[in-house]
Amino acid sequence: MDLITPSLGLIFWQLVFFLLLVFVLGKYAWRPILSSLSEREKSIEDAIELAKNTRNEMAQLKADNDRAKADALIERDAILKQARQTAEKMIATAKNEAAQEAKAEIEKARKAFREEQAAAVSKLKNETAKIAVEIAEKVLRRELSDKNAQEALVNDWLQDAKLN
Amino acid sequence: MSRNRSYKALAISILTLVFSVFSSPATFAQHEHEGHAEATHSHGEAEEFNPGQTILHHVADEHQWHLATIGESHLAIPLPVILYTPTRGVHVYSSKEFYHGSGEHDGFTLHHEHFTSEDGSTVYDFSITKNVASLIISVILLITIFFAVRNGYAKRQGKAPKGIQSAMEPFVIFIRDEVAKNYIGEKHYRRFLPYLLTVFFFIWINNLLGLLPGAANVTGNIAVTLTLAVLTFIIVNFNGRKTYWTHIFAMPGVPKWMLIVMTPVEIVGMMMKPFSLMVRLFANVTAGHIILLSLLSLIFIFKSAALSVIVGPFTVFMTMIELLVAVLQAYIFTVLTASYIGAAVEEHHHDDHH
Repeated sequence: MDLITPSLGLIFWQLVFFLLLVFVLGKYAWRPILSSLSEREKSIEDAIELAKNTRNEMAQLKADNDRAKADALIERDAILKQARQTAEKMIATAKNEAAQEAKAEIEKARKAFREEQAAAVSKLKNETAKIAVEIAEKVLRRELSDKNAQEALVNDWLQDAKLN
Repeated sequence: MSRNRSYKALAISILTLVFSVFSSPATFAQHEHEGHAEATHSHGEAEEFNPGQTILHHVADEHQWHLATIGESHLAIPLPVILYTPTRGVHVYSSKEFYHGSGEHDGFTLHHEHFTSEDGSTVYDFSITKNVASLIISVILLITIFFAVRNGYAKRQGKAPKGIQSAMEPFVIFIRDEVAKNYIGEKHYRRFLPYLLTVFFFIWINNLLGLLPGAANVTGNIAVTLTLAVLTFIIVNFNGRKTYWTHIFAMPGVPKWMLIVMTPVEIVGMMMKPFSLMVRLFANVTAGHIILLSLLSLIFIFKSAALSVIVGPFTVFMTMIELLVAVLQAYIFTVLTASYIGAAVEEHHHDDHH
C-alpha cells in the first residue's frame, strides 16, 4: 500500500517548497502582476470613460452650436422683418407727407388764382364802367350833329372796347 | 450561479473519484503480491515482464532518478539521501550507495524504497527523492516563468502583453475573476489570490511535467496532495467566520435536539472537503499514469511490436486527454479551494436555504 501511504520526507519538502513558492511568487510575482493588471484595466476603463464623456461633450457642443445657429437665423429674420416694416412705414409716411404737401400747394395755387381772378374781375368791372362812362360822355357830346355818324361812332368805340 | 457551478464541479469530481477507485484495487493487489520483485528488477535480471510491478514502479517515488535500463546497466541520476535517526542523528549519502548489492550501506538498508536502520531505531527519511527533485524543478520553472511575466509587466507598463506574459495573463485573469472573485466575493478575494494562483500553476505544471517520459509523478503522490489539502483546510478554518461556524455547530433552522446528529455530520463534512481534494487529485493523476502505462504494457505483455500500431495512436489519444486532465484537475482543485474559502468568509445569512 505504498501508493496511498504518504511519506514523511515528501510531505516535509512539499510543505517547505510550496510555502516558499507561495511566498516568493506572492511577493515578487503575483503582487506586481496583479497590480499591473488592475492598473492597466483601470487605465483602459478611464480611457473608455473619457472617450464616452468626450463624445457626450461633443454632442452637447454640437447641439449648442445648432441651437445658436437656429437662434441667429431667427434673430436675422426678425431684424429683416423689422427693417422691412420700418422701411415700409418710412415710405408710407413720406408718401403721406408728400401728398399733403402737394395738396397744400394746390390749395395755395387755387387760392392765389381765385384772388387773381377776383382782382381781374373787379379791375375789368372798373375798366368797363370807366369805358361806359367815357362812351356815354362822347355820345352825349356829339348827339345832335349827326345821327348816323353817332351810331357808327358808338359801334367803333364798342369795337375798340372789345379789343381792350 | 456560483452555487450551480460548484455543484457541477462536485459532480465531476465525484465521478472521477468513482472511476479512479474502481481502477485502483487491482493494481494495489498486484503490488502486494510482488513482494521482493523490485530488488530483482533493479538487478536487471531476465524475468517475466510484470506490468503491475513496472507500472507501480513508474508511478511511485524512488530515491534515484531512474531514466532507462539498457541491457544490464541502469541509466539513473543519483540523488541525495538524507536520513535522521534519534540515535545517530543526520546522515547524508548518495543514493548510488543503496542501489547495488543488498542495498545496505553504512548501517542503513534500502528495501522497497524504505530505509531501515541496523540498530533497529526509527529512520526518518528526508531524502531528496525523485519527486522532491521534480518538485524543486517545478518550483524553479514556476519562479522563472512568473518572474519573466512580472518583468514583462514592468517593461510594458500599461501596454498590451507580449510573449510569455500574454500566454499567462489569461490564466491569471481567469483565476482572479472567474475563480477568486466569483467564489470568494469582491470583499475578501484579494487575500487568497496568491495561494490560489500558486496552487493552480503548481498543480498544472507538475501535472504536465509528470506526463514527460521518465518524469516523476509529483501531483499523483498522496504526500503532495495531502500537503496541499491540509494547507487548504488550514486556510479555510482559520478564515471561518460566524456564519461558517454556526453552520457547523448550530445549524440555523434545525431543532436543537437534531444538532446531536447534525453537528457530527457537519464536522465529518468539514474534514471530507480537504480529504476529497487530496484523493481527487492523487487518484486522477495516478489513474491517468496507470492507464498510459497499462496501454504501453500491452505491447510487452503480448510481446508483439505489431500491437503498437493500435496501442500507439491510442496512447497518443490518452495523452491528449491527460493534457486536458492536467489543467482540469488544477482548475478543480483551485475552484473547490476557492469555494470552501468562500463559504468560510461568507458573512450574510441565508435563512431560506435550509
